[in-house]
Amino acid sequence: MPVVHIVTVVPISVTVGANRIVPAVAIPHPLGNPKMSQEEEKLMRREMVVKSLETLTTDISEQTVF
Amino acid sequence: MRILHYINQFFGQKGGEEAANHPIELVEGPVGPGGALNAALAGKAEISHTIICGDSYFNENEEVAVMGIKEIIDQVKPDLIVAGPAFNAGRYGVACGRVGKLAAELGLPCITGMYPENPGYDLYKQTAYMVETKNSAADMRKAIPNMAKLIASFIEKDGKLGMPAEEGYMPRNLRINMFAEKRGAARAVDMLIAKLGGEEFTTEYPMPVFDRVAPFKALASLKDAKIALVTSGGVVPKGNPDHIESSSAQKYGEYSIEGIDDLTEASHETAHGGYDPVKCNENSDVVLPVDVLRDLEKEGVIGSLHNMFYTTVGNGTSVSNSKKFGAEIAQKLLDAGVSAAILTST
Repeated sequence: MPVVHIVTVVPISVTVGANRIVPAVAIPHPLGNPKMSQEEEKLMRREMVVKSLETLTTDISEQTVF
Repeated sequence: MRILHYINQFFGQKGGEEAANHPIELVEGPVGPGGALNAALAGKAEISHTIICGDSYFNENEEVAVMGIKEIIDQVKPDLIVAGPAFNAGRYGVACGRVGKLAAELGLPCITGMYPENPGYDLYKQTAYMVETKNSAADMRKAIPNMAKLIASFIEKDGKLGMPAEEGYMPRNLRINMFAEKRGAARAVDMLIAKLGGEEFTTEYPMPVFDRVAPFKALASLKDAKIALVTSGGVVPKGNPDHIESSSAQKYGEYSIEGIDDLTEASHETAHGGYDPVKCNENSDVVLPVDVLRDLEKEGVIGSLHNMFYTTVGNGTSVSNSKKFGAEIAQKLLDAGVSAAILTST
């Protein structure tokens, strides 16, 4: 079962051994941004989730930060 | 001092794998590696009896074997139990470790030896003193003197052994209070100076070793995939019904999102005590993106969103607890036919 890790502090994710890593926005709101309007924020979140889903259909041979 | 020595069928000269079901046998005096150990300890201690037990017998009948060995201990009344060395023989190492745990339960010390990657070390390191050996019996000529040295030190110091490195046993992952000559800040600066100078130094707090997993093969398509959400960001139903700890979490939660299209201030919040919770408490989708995954589900981009999500608090939570949570969650996802998971961390 492939897993994608959405995480702000990417070096921690690399250290603990996640294989598919998608960098996130900030520690308290990895998939949000309080500076955006709700609509903009949801659109950004959707883009991040779509990108994360695409990593799940991408074959990799080693730890990869997308 | 009287020693009871535990060895397996091979070192007890009963045979190899074909004798691995050899039941517990009690012999007077030393056998096999016990001979050299006994000689090395001459004048300090003596192996009065030896237990020989097949590795398969012990591991397949653990409860019975432990009961039998307990009876022997009650009868022989040793002052110290020595087991192995087991090198990298997994069943033998687990048996030696279990004998050490039994000894501890009976208030007796146990000294054994094995390779650090032997599962017996990880399972039982807290209840026996374990000398590090290499991974095969070719190391016997070094392992025996090392074990004898530790036993001699144990006798000399009346059981009050010093730190692992100075005594020659592997760390037991126990914290013991001690007086240090220098305060922590001075010790840290000394270490830093040694490090900058390229000199050797010994950390007082070794970092955990993380294992590596080969990347899993990609999904062929998302259209029929069942995607699950997992988070270490502490998202929980409002009120944190299972009281997941805000730090050093002892448990994870498993919650239904059936019929939920959006996480709101009224429905969800975070239990996490290690980051500013304001944004997540207003809209937990910023940590656990249920809203957009429901949209993608409706649009047919993914097959479905799994109706349960899994959550814990990754705030000072131990690696061992995290591994346990991870393994259980992964098994539940597999049992539910989940194709892939999105894990979010704060």
